[in-house]
Amino acid sequence: MALSTNRTVNQLLKPLTAAISATRCLSSDSTSIITVESSLPFTSHKIDPPSRAVETSPNELMTFFKDMAEMRRMEIAADSLYKAKLIRGFCHLYDGQEAVAVGMEAAITKKDCIITAYRDHCIYLARGGGLYESFAELMGRKDGCSKGKGGSMHFYKKESGFYGGHGIVGAQVPLGLNMAALWDLPAILVCENNHYGMGTAEWRAAKSPAYYKRGDYVPGLKVDGMDALAVKQACKFAKEHALKNGPIILEMDTYRYHGHSMSDPGSTYRTRDEISGVRQERDPIERIRKLILAHDVATEKELKDIEKEKRKVVDEAIAKAKESPMPDPSDLFTNVYVKGFGVEVFGPDRKEVRATLP
Amino acid sequence: MAVIIQGIGTVTALNSTNSLDTNKTLFANSRRSLSDRKGRFFMVRSDGCLSYGLNGHGGRAEKLITNAVAAKEDTAAAYTSSKPGHELLLFEALREGLEEEMDRDPTVCVMGEDVGHYGGSYKVTKGLAPKYGDLRVLDTPIAENSFTGMGIGAAMTGLRPVVEGMNMGFLLLAFNQISNNCGMLHYTSGGQFKIPIVIRGPGGVGRQLGAEHSQRLESYFQSIPGIQMVACSTPYNAKGLMKAAIRSDNPVILFEHVLLYNLKERIPDEEYVLNLEEAEMVRPGEHVTILTYSRMRYHVMQAAKTLVNKGYDPEVIDIRSLKPFDLYTIRNSVKKTHRVLIVEECMRTGGIGASLTAAITENFHDYLDAPIVCLSSQDVPTPYAGTLENWTVVQPPQIVTAVEQLCQ
Repeated sequence: MALSTNRTVNQLLKPLTAAISATRCLSSDSTSIITVESSLPFTSHKIDPPSRAVETSPNELMTFFKDMAEMRRMEIAADSLYKAKLIRGFCHLYDGQEAVAVGMEAAITKKDCIITAYRDHCIYLARGGGLYESFAELMGRKDGCSKGKGGSMHFYKKESGFYGGHGIVGAQVPLGLNMAALWDLPAILVCENNHYGMGTAEWRAAKSPAYYKRGDYVPGLKVDGMDALAVKQACKFAKEHALKNGPIILEMDTYRYHGHSMSDPGSTYRTRDEISGVRQERDPIERIRKLILAHDVATEKELKDIEKEKRKVVDEAIAKAKESPMPDPSDLFTNVYVKGFGVEVFGPDRKEVRATLP
Repeated sequence: MAVIIQGIGTVTALNSTNSLDTNKTLFANSRRSLSDRKGRFFMVRSDGCLSYGLNGHGGRAEKLITNAVAAKEDTAAAYTSSKPGHELLLFEALREGLEEEMDRDPTVCVMGEDVGHYGGSYKVTKGLAPKYGDLRVLDTPIAENSFTGMGIGAAMTGLRPVVEGMNMGFLLLAFNQISNNCGMLHYTSGGQFKIPIVIRGPGGVGRQLGAEHSQRLESYFQSIPGIQMVACSTPYNAKGLMKAAIRSDNPVILFEHVLLYNLKERIPDEEYVLNLEEAEMVRPGEHVTILTYSRMRYHVMQAAKTLVNKGYDPEVIDIRSLKPFDLYTIRNSVKKTHRVLIVEECMRTGGIGASLTAAITENFHDYLDAPIVCLSSQDVPTPYAGTLENWTVVQPPQIVTAVEQLCQ
């Protein structure tokens, strides 16, 4: 379904764009506008949906591809690290949902703040986080983004307005929505609907799985979350709306290939055919790849090289993170309080002084 | 009696023969723990010594009334400060502290149910909304979990919110926010975010409010790492602790008591801030150390009158700081008296008294002549009937009996 739409688009636009893109090199600084139609129309609730035609540029397509390739590689690498017991605890992987992260970033600035739940590795990367810091944090090292004390579910980046990274979530959306609507706050509530709440399918947990409509008096938009350009269009639209009129709900129809977390195989509540079906038909990276090839922004080989390079970059970051030191035992007591008090902090047996806080 | 000063990372115990110089330097040390304060204020030590300004005019300590029992006539230490001070009720003292901080720092804001237009269910925020506007004194919907979360988010972005729970029991709905976000965010973000929030509200037994409205949450919150807890008991320490809590960069939970809001006391006109981690010496003594906080302080003082008549000399300390405990003041007291009685309103099981007993036993076991006695509320939901309600909490006759048994 999605494939045929793309093909149709390609047939229409190919003659036009072929003339524009004379040289096809990776570092093309051409900002020529390419208009692509989103794979699916937007469905909306109490608002007029934005148009399906998304404007993008070769640069942007390449950025999308690179970022998503890096995110995908990172999550797959995290999978192997977890199985090698270098990452412990909970690890919630984002592969399959990369389009949401990159599409969102393309529509907002670093001054806009993002807060999310536990599936935060790729949002951290999209916000400007480094691979080394991510892997160091996942492996519990001192150089991690939260100094090794947060772990997979607690990535934060204050300078880029990324407020985490939270483990315990539940029932916060209706209450937050009420307050946001009451005071006309410029908030966009993004529901990354990957159709499963861990092992429970959405139709078994929600009377009405049309989440974009659940805001009632708050307008909502349903977006194909596997199409980075549609996500970008929706987020731009939502940002304009939120700044003028108050909150809006975006439901991103997306999918996660892995289970809920590494302890969940992901196959007990859905069939492997379903997973591979989505991977074949709706994979976000494949979609961008096809767009890039169709618009002659880069060659097949160049794209493969990018993927290889990203693999290398990720492997290097992992190697470096593996070498990095564990936190000191005294770090156990740092950052519990800001500027502690004029008192010493005792160890658990209250006899030994572990740290003297300033 | 030894004076203990909490300097920065250094604990220095002075003996009673202080030299002027030692006082000066040590006071200067302790000043830095409340750094970048404006000049014109003074810090109050637990034994009532005043220390002036940043230059520390030597050790000229003046006695200040630190114990305030509304019923008790205290003629012992006359109030000698530059001005006579003004009289007010405890909720007015809280409001005064809040207002002064809001004037001083534009990022201080208040949020809670009915704090704005209604003026606060216990009138603590009365008059603030007309003065500072609806956004700075925000009326929230009835959703503790969300507005506490909103307060924490506000703190993360640079504001200094004061979140009011209409009754402490309602904050159970916000427990997730308080434990997971308030307490832990500074740690799990590796120090990136600080949460300078104050969560306050009345709790405690009295007024026949029934089981759910008479809860003491100190015991539930005490093990959350990353937060500080203080309990106020007099108008004087209510205002001082409120100001200190707002100025602190850590999340602080300020426990008030429903029955204490109408206590009247004369407090200084000058600005003052109290130390959040310090206990208050209410009545020095020799025979037994009685540790207490909040409303039980008054039951203890009433029992103290009876005890004095019977010839005992109890030392009463209002611990004020529930997390962390001021083990220095407590240690000095235990070293002197060798007997400890804890009187609290918390439940017997897992209450503040239980933790305090454990802490004292572990640290000061050698100084104790007798096992620590802990008088706490019964492990029952607070009944509605007046007589039953009285029997849930510790009453003065029980305190007298306990001291007599302890001192045998």
